[in-house]
Amino acid sequence: MTKNSKLSKIYIILIFIFLYAPMAVTMVYSFNGTESTYVMSGLSTQWYLKLFHDNATMNALKNTIILAVVSAAISTVFGTMAAVGINNMRNKYLKSAVMTTTNIPMMNPEIVTGISMMLLFVFAGALLHKKDVLGFTTLLIAHITFELPYVILSILPKLKQTDICIYEAAQDLGCHPLKAFFKVVFPEIRPGIVSGAIMAFTLSLDDFIISYFTNGPSFQTLPIHIFSMTKKRVKPDMYALSTIIFVIIFILLILMNIAQVKSEKNKKKKKSGEMDL
Amino acid sequence: MKKSSFVQTVLNSPYIIWSAIFVIVPLLMVIYYAFTNESGDFSLNNIIEIKDYASTFLLSVGYGAVATFICLILAYPFAYFLSHSGASFQRMSIMLVMLPMWMSFLIRTYSWMTILGDSGLINRFLGLFSIGPAAMLNTPQAVILGMVYNFLPYMILPLYTVISKMDGSLIEAAQDLGCGKLQTLKKVVLPLSVPGIASGVTMVFVPSVSTFYITQKLGGGQITLIGDVIEGQFQTAYNYNLGAALSLVLMVMILICLGVLGYFTDDKDDGGVLM
Repeated sequence: MTKNSKLSKIYIILIFIFLYAPMAVTMVYSFNGTESTYVMSGLSTQWYLKLFHDNATMNALKNTIILAVVSAAISTVFGTMAAVGINNMRNKYLKSAVMTTTNIPMMNPEIVTGISMMLLFVFAGALLHKKDVLGFTTLLIAHITFELPYVILSILPKLKQTDICIYEAAQDLGCHPLKAFFKVVFPEIRPGIVSGAIMAFTLSLDDFIISYFTNGPSFQTLPIHIFSMTKKRVKPDMYALSTIIFVIIFILLILMNIAQVKSEKNKKKKKSGEMDL
Repeated sequence: MKKSSFVQTVLNSPYIIWSAIFVIVPLLMVIYYAFTNESGDFSLNNIIEIKDYASTFLLSVGYGAVATFICLILAYPFAYFLSHSGASFQRMSIMLVMLPMWMSFLIRTYSWMTILGDSGLINRFLGLFSIGPAAMLNTPQAVILGMVYNFLPYMILPLYTVISKMDGSLIEAAQDLGCGKLQTLKKVVLPLSVPGIASGVTMVFVPSVSTFYITQKLGGGQITLIGDVIEGQFQTAYNYNLGAALSLVLMVMILICLGVLGYFTDDKDDGGVLM
């Protein structure tokens, strides 16, 4: 190991310390014996117990998961259809118009996306003489809208790699177009669909800014709940919540990593097996 | 032929209709609200009022630019060193870079208060040597720190993607032709990483300019950026028309900044290089 590579390792570790210092702090203080997030005195697990008995937080958590599952499912189905449609588009101008529109929610600042949708909902509500339009439906619409571009953009590259001739051959051999799609195209683009769905789900779980402008008092998600909690002086129960989220994500990431390494090894094995034959 | 164009319509139209209603129409609503008054009549008052916020806009661009620059300076060596490390170390590190992106940025930002506050960790440590307490919270530096902390991963990932996919033979060729290490970096590695820099700069600059939570928590209300003003118009002042006008200007301003960036980097790829 040269001196240079040692220095570069030290630099990498320093950046990680910067990125993880706040999380380490939340972890330690979540076991605080007192109510303070500044002074550590005594150890206890009381904040974890309080968290599980806090109805508002548990309800917000339930809402967040419902919203993430429903919006990710809809945007995945919708996005897959749209990606196939866009990929087959012959009209160049229409195609570039649709792609530009797809990019808008990704390029725009989230605050602008949020308020633009809020204005639409408020305006529609005024037209329909309906008060309190903001709620689950508006949140769901907003989440589907900002998830769709990510789903589409993770499927499109896979579609481009798929050979259209095989799909046409399947049809020539008497397959119904829909059956041909599920037999030929779908297996090819499945990795793109899966990663799009995961991205949509995690984006929805974590979204604060767009939800902040499109939610109503009837349906609060966890980030919105956390926001209203941090407006007051925070107690260590929020730190306990953050620690639990950290542990869950950490375990999921490690599992994903292991799965990835395994599938790569399998591929290598298969390849070398084919070579032997 | 006819059948396939029918299938085409069925596949496309739901998405086209959806994005027309929920992407295009909302942007038109922003323009509509910006140019009307409370009773819905045409008015230029909101646009005229914007000039009172010119300094806030400039300040936001300044904060965004400083935070983006610091992110770039911190992230580039990180991505460079990382892409020259062992494979399993790279895999683990990238996982650790992505992990914070999936956690609530609200709590992570708030917990900086525990570190920086007057009775926070750093000040109590300094207190052991009877220095301080130094006022670190509610300063411009704290806001910049919050931005760098929150958006650094969005700079690291595109840079890492570009640098790790770089053709090693080009670097070897430069060295064979007599380039020193520094010269190789300047003449070969940096120019080749321009697409990554452009997409990282975009992904850090846009959220930094338009943030409102970071300034409220780490700036303690001392520093008001344009995101705070817009949020206030919608959530406390309920002046949707002025808020819409401000958002319109913010949107146009960011488009101009991205256009200038695109002009200088001459990015031929469409779309980012995030993953």
